[in-house]
This record gives sequence, C-alpha cells and structure tokens, in this order.
Amino acid sequence: MLLNSEETAMLNGELGKVLQMAIRHQIEVGTFFGAQDFVPVTQAHIMADTESLGQAGVMWLEQLADMGDGRVCVPTITDPRGTDFSKANELGQRDWMLDLERRAINAFERLGVSMTDTCINYQTVLAATRGEHVAFGDTGVVIYSNSINAARSNFEGGPSALAAGLTGRTPRYGYHLPANRQATMRFKVDFTPTSLNEWGALGGVIGRLAGNYWEVPVIEGIKISPTSDEFKHFGAAMASFGSTALFHMVGLTPEAVRIEDVGGDKLPVHHRIDRAQVEALIASYAVTKKVDVVVFSAPQLSLYELRALAELCDRRDFRIPLLAVTSPQVKPDSDRFGFTERIERAGGTVLAGMCFYQSYAREMAEAKGWKTLATNSAKLVNILGGYGYVPMLASMEQCVKAAETGELA
Amino acid sequence: MNEIVLTARHAMGQKVTAQALVAKDGFSARYDLNRLEGVFSRPSHKLVGQSYVGRILVLDTAKGGVASAWMLHEMQARHMAPLGIVFNTVNTILAQGAALGGISMLAGFDVDVTEAIEHGSIVEIDPASKTLKVLRAGFAADSHGASGNLAQPQHGEAETSPVRMVPTRY
Repeated sequence: MLLNSEETAMLNGELGKVLQMAIRHQIEVGTFFGAQDFVPVTQAHIMADTESLGQAGVMWLEQLADMGDGRVCVPTITDPRGTDFSKANELGQRDWMLDLERRAINAFERLGVSMTDTCINYQTVLAATRGEHVAFGDTGVVIYSNSINAARSNFEGGPSALAAGLTGRTPRYGYHLPANRQATMRFKVDFTPTSLNEWGALGGVIGRLAGNYWEVPVIEGIKISPTSDEFKHFGAAMASFGSTALFHMVGLTPEAVRIEDVGGDKLPVHHRIDRAQVEALIASYAVTKKVDVVVFSAPQLSLYELRALAELCDRRDFRIPLLAVTSPQVKPDSDRFGFTERIERAGGTVLAGMCFYQSYAREMAEAKGWKTLATNSAKLVNILGGYGYVPMLASMEQCVKAAETGELA
Repeated sequence: MNEIVLTARHAMGQKVTAQALVAKDGFSARYDLNRLEGVFSRPSHKLVGQSYVGRILVLDTAKGGVASAWMLHEMQARHMAPLGIVFNTVNTILAQGAALGGISMLAGFDVDVTEAIEHGSIVEIDPASKTLKVLRAGFAADSHGASGNLAQPQHGEAETSPVRMVPTRY
C-alpha cells in the first residue's frame, strides 16, 4: 500500500506502539483486498460485546490500553454490550460475564472510546452523510449508512474499527471505491410489506439470493417511501442473511434516483419477488405454537417502535417474559413518555444498551429454560438457530399476544 | 491422480497442512459454531456436528455479522480454531478476523473450490504463493457436507477456562 509520511511514521512506531499495532493490522487487511492507499474517516463504530471478544479479546484490548501511548483521534463509539447491568440477574447472566464487560469498558474508555452501546446510531447519535467515509461495525449500521445515507463504509469488525478510530483512516477498498457501489444484481418486487417483520423477511429473501458481500442488489417495485424503522429491519435482515453491505432502491435511496444511476438498467432481472416468497420465509420458522419468551431486539428499538409496543401492551397481562431492547439514548425518552412503564405494567421488561443475541444468548437459554422464541426481527431468527433456540418470526402484535397466551396464533 | 493446485487472488498467513472440511455452504463464527465444543452447530449447516478444530475449512462464502472478527481470535486463544479457511468469496470481516487471529486464509479462485476439493482431503495452503494443493484425496463429491467418515475429536470447555495470549503478527 502507498503510505504518506504520517502513515509511515505510524508504521515505524514513531507515533507510539498503539498506532503501530493498529496500522500494521490495517495494512495486512488492506493488502489482502488490494487497497492502494488509505482514506481518512470521520467516525468509527466498534462491535465488541464480550461474548464475541471472549477473554482473549478483552486481554488484547487491555494490552493495547496498557501501552498508554494512543487514543482514538476521531469520534469512536460502541455497538451494544453483552448486558444491561441493571437487569443482569433477571436475564440469568453470571458474575463472570459482568466482570468481563467491566474490564472491556475500562479498556475502551482508556483508549478514548465513547460507550454509546447502540446499533442504531444512525437514528440516535449522528447519521453519516452522503459521501462521508466512515469505519462502522455492526452489519445493520453499515448497510443502513451505505444505502440510506449514501455514506462509505465496509463491514469493519471490532479490531479494524478500533484501528480506524486510532489512526483516523481505513484502507481504501470495497465500498469506499465508487466502482464497487454500482448494482450487480437486479430485483423486482411485486408487493410492498406492511409490517416490520415483513420488511425484515423481504430483506432476508433478497439477502439469501444475493449471497455474498460483494453483490449490490438494486430493487424496483416498492410503492411507498419506507420509514427509517422499515429500512432498518429490511437492511439488517439483508445484511444478516446475505452478508450484504449495500443496496439501492430505485427512486428511494440517494444513489439510485434512477435505475441507470447505479447501472441497474444494464442488468437482467435476476429475480422477481412476490408475497408468497416472503410468506414462505416466515412460515419456514413457524415450527411450533408454544413460545417460551418474546424478544424485540436486533436492531435495538427506536422510540417509535417502543411507542407502538406500549400501545399493544395496554390492558394485557403476560404469562411469559417479553423483552424489549433499546439503546441508552432512547431509554430515557421511553421512560419520560411512559412507554417503559406501560410495557412493564403488562409484565414486559425494557432493556437498554445490549442486544439479545450479543448477550450470551446460549447461556441465557440454559439459565432461563428458554427454547422457543417469538420475535418480529428477521435478523434475530436468522442468528438464533445456531444458539440452540427455535426462533419464530411474527408481527409485533402477534408476538405481544403470544406473551399473553404462551402461544403464537 | 493428477496433482490439484489451485491459485487464489487473496491470501494471508502462514503455510499450513491439514484435513479439509468441504461444503458448499457459508460461514459465520457467530451463526454457525458452538465455539466451546469446537463443532458446527447451526442445524441447517452442511457440516453440522463436525469438529473444525485443526482442520482447513473449504467453504463457499463468508456470511453474517461482524462478530467473527473477534471470534477467530478467541478461538485461537483456546486452541479451538481451524488451521486455515478457504473461500470462494470472502467478506471483510473474516479477513480482518483471520489477520487478528493469525489464521491462514485463501479466497477467490477461477473454479468453485468447494467442487474442486474433496471432503476429507489432506491439503496444503501456502499464502506466500497463494496456492492450495491437494496432498491426498478425500471422499467422493456426494459426501460434501455429510460426516464423510472424518474422525470427530471431542472438545469442550467453559467460557471461563483460562486462555492464552494469541501471538500477534503486529
């Protein structure tokens, strides 16, 4: 890779051991992908829950912080943590999990990282803007920022996002290059979803068909302007099912005002998607009626999702746990506006700063005896199978009813 | 048998030799593995139940979220990692994770690598020359994803078991 004088100084250790380690990592990754040089970034977002980090990752962070000669130089924030400390007992989480979380937080803070603990920073902290180069972790954050905000990011795993925060740059490859942002696969959609779980399922169908990180779907046929929450579920599921980092929706996302703007007019239609395919994906998870736990998470809920949930919870009495997970930025407003109280009066629990699947989901299942799980998040059902759950996908209203009856209708 | 040598477009890490687990399926450390048992755990994965420890995974594509970037490093610290990973197409996360975890990786071939390599083959991957070489053939193509008579060593430990620091290349 071509390095400027500052980058050469970092590599030679003249600016400290922390920056030297960071840029060595970036050069190894950049070289693997054929990056020619670095591009400056304005923000970084780090996925680093301790279930992913493990002890080894926490030790690596502590080692970096102990070097004491480097801190992040651009705003650098965090994805959800592995717990809501105030509700850890209710979740059956163990002391060692909380100890590991505290050690990770301490190391991040010593490196200058702001613990925002959110996967919806584009709704709550600071959305990236068109053409802004960023280094974001969490696939849902990246696909939203690339597609809806027209920012420029690859999937940056925790080590790489932290390295970008420290050096203020990232290797210029993948979706930092305009040529890679052109559409590669054209989809026509014959119906428009009406609920968040349907938006997620549609994203899942397209993600599965797209199949890998380097495919860029362009989608025609959506009849409305989706809300931020609808795009959120759609993109998060597409990224989860397909490892997709960027999509275009003709007339709706900024880089595809017209289909020819992203080269979609030159592509054959790869697939037509109708309601039946979306319903088939939902039905594929409907293997039983019994529900042990209802979870709204992945991505964290916006204030408007909590408002809708609160309205559905009024005058209900839950038989099984219902967990609603949001960000630390949204939770105080949910408290102020009474949404939290209305959800919890029915027997639900509102959690902040974590995400269900990033919070030792396997251990929670064992501790709480949870097996069957209902959610309106297509991303969550895609993830939880590997954790031993039987996840089912349904609307928010169906899930709330299931919390009352213990069964999905 | 004619010698099979495939050349990749992307490569990193050290030269390693091991038995290959081959499947035309995706890979995510978060979605697909029980990392404490060292086996594929997603019920729908073609390698479900098979131990990946010390093996070379030959798979179609990298899937899922960003957690794998940390998890490969964590698996290496427990001596519960694959020796190498070979993909038809890789995403950024698996490459970043392989870099941190010191796991050898090849990606991007002119053929479908999951069709070209038989499950259970003994293979060598050499990142310096970007090559994958078959040293001993494995099972027939129709065994892709089945147990294929590979030995299944038993692993298993608690998340709180001591780990070692992974030697860094940085």
